[in-house]
Amino acid sequence: MATTTGSSLDADESGPEQPEARVGLRYTLSQVKRDPTALVGLGIIVFMTLVALVGFVDGVLFDFLGDFDTFANMGVHQYVLAETFWVNPVNDPGNAQILRPPVYLTNQLYPNEAGTWAHPLGTDHRGRDILVRLFYGTRIAITVGIVSTGIALILGTLVGAVAGYYGGWIDDALMRGSETLYAIPFLILVIAFMTAFGQKLTYAMIGVGIATIPTFARLIRSRVLSVREEDFIEAARAAGVRDRDIILRHVVPNSFAPVLVQATLQIGVNILIIAGLSFLGYGAQPPTPSWGQMLSNSRQYMLPNAWFSIWPGIAILITVVGFNLIGDGLRDALDPRINN
Amino acid sequence: MSEPILKVENLKTQFFTEEGTVRAVDGISFEVNEGELVGLVGESGAGKSVATSSIMRLVEDPGEIVGGTVTYKGKKLIDFEEGPDGELRRSSEMLSNEQMRKQIRGKEIAIIFQDPMEALNPVFKVGAQLREFIEINRDVSGKEAKRIAVDMLREVGIPEPEKRYDSYPHQFSGGMRQRVIIAMALACEPDLIIADEPTTALDVTVEGQILDLVDELQQKYDTSFVWVTHDLGVVAEICDRVNVMYLGEIIEQADVDDLFHKTRHPYTEALLDSIPRPDQSVDELNPIKGVMPEAINPPSGCRFHTRCPDARTVCREVHPAYQDVSDPGEARHMVSCVKYENVGYDDAEPLETEATGAFGGGLVEARGDGQ
Repeated sequence: MATTTGSSLDADESGPEQPEARVGLRYTLSQVKRDPTALVGLGIIVFMTLVALVGFVDGVLFDFLGDFDTFANMGVHQYVLAETFWVNPVNDPGNAQILRPPVYLTNQLYPNEAGTWAHPLGTDHRGRDILVRLFYGTRIAITVGIVSTGIALILGTLVGAVAGYYGGWIDDALMRGSETLYAIPFLILVIAFMTAFGQKLTYAMIGVGIATIPTFARLIRSRVLSVREEDFIEAARAAGVRDRDIILRHVVPNSFAPVLVQATLQIGVNILIIAGLSFLGYGAQPPTPSWGQMLSNSRQYMLPNAWFSIWPGIAILITVVGFNLIGDGLRDALDPRINN
Repeated sequence: MSEPILKVENLKTQFFTEEGTVRAVDGISFEVNEGELVGLVGESGAGKSVATSSIMRLVEDPGEIVGGTVTYKGKKLIDFEEGPDGELRRSSEMLSNEQMRKQIRGKEIAIIFQDPMEALNPVFKVGAQLREFIEINRDVSGKEAKRIAVDMLREVGIPEPEKRYDSYPHQFSGGMRQRVIIAMALACEPDLIIADEPTTALDVTVEGQILDLVDELQQKYDTSFVWVTHDLGVVAEICDRVNVMYLGEIIEQADVDDLFHKTRHPYTEALLDSIPRPDQSVDELNPIKGVMPEAINPPSGCRFHTRCPDARTVCREVHPAYQDVSDPGEARHMVSCVKYENVGYDDAEPLETEATGAFGGGLVEARGDGQ
């Protein structure tokens, strides 16, 4: 008791010692670090992102650079990293050993011959190494998850913040509009979008992004409705700050925490959705490796080699769980009530 | 005497709610001269804050400024004229919203808000907020703005301003935050600062420090103030002139000494009776009886008659005029009370009110009125 009274009395003469800043990226990260499950999620995502980056450099960047003579002479070409450090070429049409089981295991096609370290996870219906394809599929999964969520996040935040801040007919128009999006079944909306614009991965990302705008718009609007009544918004208006700057600099940053949490969770959901779209043939087109498309291909080979479908399933599972764990961790870190 | 820098004439702000029209500010008039500290006093709900946000044109839906004129240094912040169909509409002289934002808000008139805990954006460093306001309102580079911001923090008595520039609002105590907010208001060098109960949320020792600081800065920068408060002690300490508001109207206006020593309006008297005073010792304080009526349906005649100890029947019928009652040679002393009018107050019967009768007398009377 005595100590609390003492500290509250001299609280005003705040000397050089300052309490720890409880906002900002550094503080949030320090909170996340204390949470073991969030750390696991963070680990998974960091690992997947690194894999995706290597996959991007090796599969896309080197392919592009290989078109220039200078780089081609240096030996740069698509999948050069994989071919240097990996025993298996990525796209080897001559490999006759299709649907090999994973190492030490057997399957219907090879009842007497266990899988080898040459193909640790086995091969697919064209004899391609599953591990390598999973590796390169990570790039697609992470990219589509982040890009589609990013589109939804930016547009949804704008729509929700503008609607919440101005209210009135602007609010009605924007929110009824986004609810119309909600009313249409999600997959049908995305498939219709892709049918109209083209069956490319880019359109899958844009389509999913647009279809998830309402989630973010509603979330941020509900926060903006209370934040805009705060005195510091009034103070900014009284100081002559423009509406645009008030929304972007004062309203949105104060409403953003739940949106950030939703975004990390949404990345996982969107990866699943786009894997589902690939499964239906509406995602990445062959021969680009993607997890959903691998699942789709494996459908017909479930009996001879079930592992063909299990591996991409596990990859999707781990990634989505990773994003969910970090999302939960962020929610706890950003929630002031749990912080104490 | 030179022209006042702020002149409010017959300002009316109403809120259109489902229950009816709330006449939050109902025709107030007052002036602020250069370098003057003018108080705006009243109970909660008297319309003080609405009056100040009306001057800045910050009233939000469902509220609307419906009439009156506000002139600041010759510019019409609010001005209405009669249209051809007899409807009041904004006159062409009235500044547009854009002009208000660019020319007036922050630059010419700044506001200090009541609760220092709420008036700073929690996700920004205080320095960044200060700098944002300076960059908007003064034509300076980012570097220069930062230098001004640090100077201002030092000016308002924040220790180690360079270091505190990078602190977040929650790292400051209430008094320190109010100092930051004062720095924000002063940093854009406005000529008028509207202080909306700036010390209400602070404890008394800090309040004293802040009042001293304001006094000091006011003399240094020669800024005019409109000081909104419900604390007559604060008024006595810093104000030059005082306006007393009751239910959307200004009912008395006088120099601060006249208000305290030559009180004219029964409401002001009652207010003064309800606070402890050093020059009078009483056994028991005498609070004002009853609560302020709703502004949706204000009492007829004088709005204070339901709680007035001096009320007579005429108070219920006649709306008192707002007039100068000062003796010759004295400073202006405006009062709106029928006592000072020739409308038959002296002959009228005393009225039983909450203040004169037993508890609940006002309710009985109100019921009688309805039949």
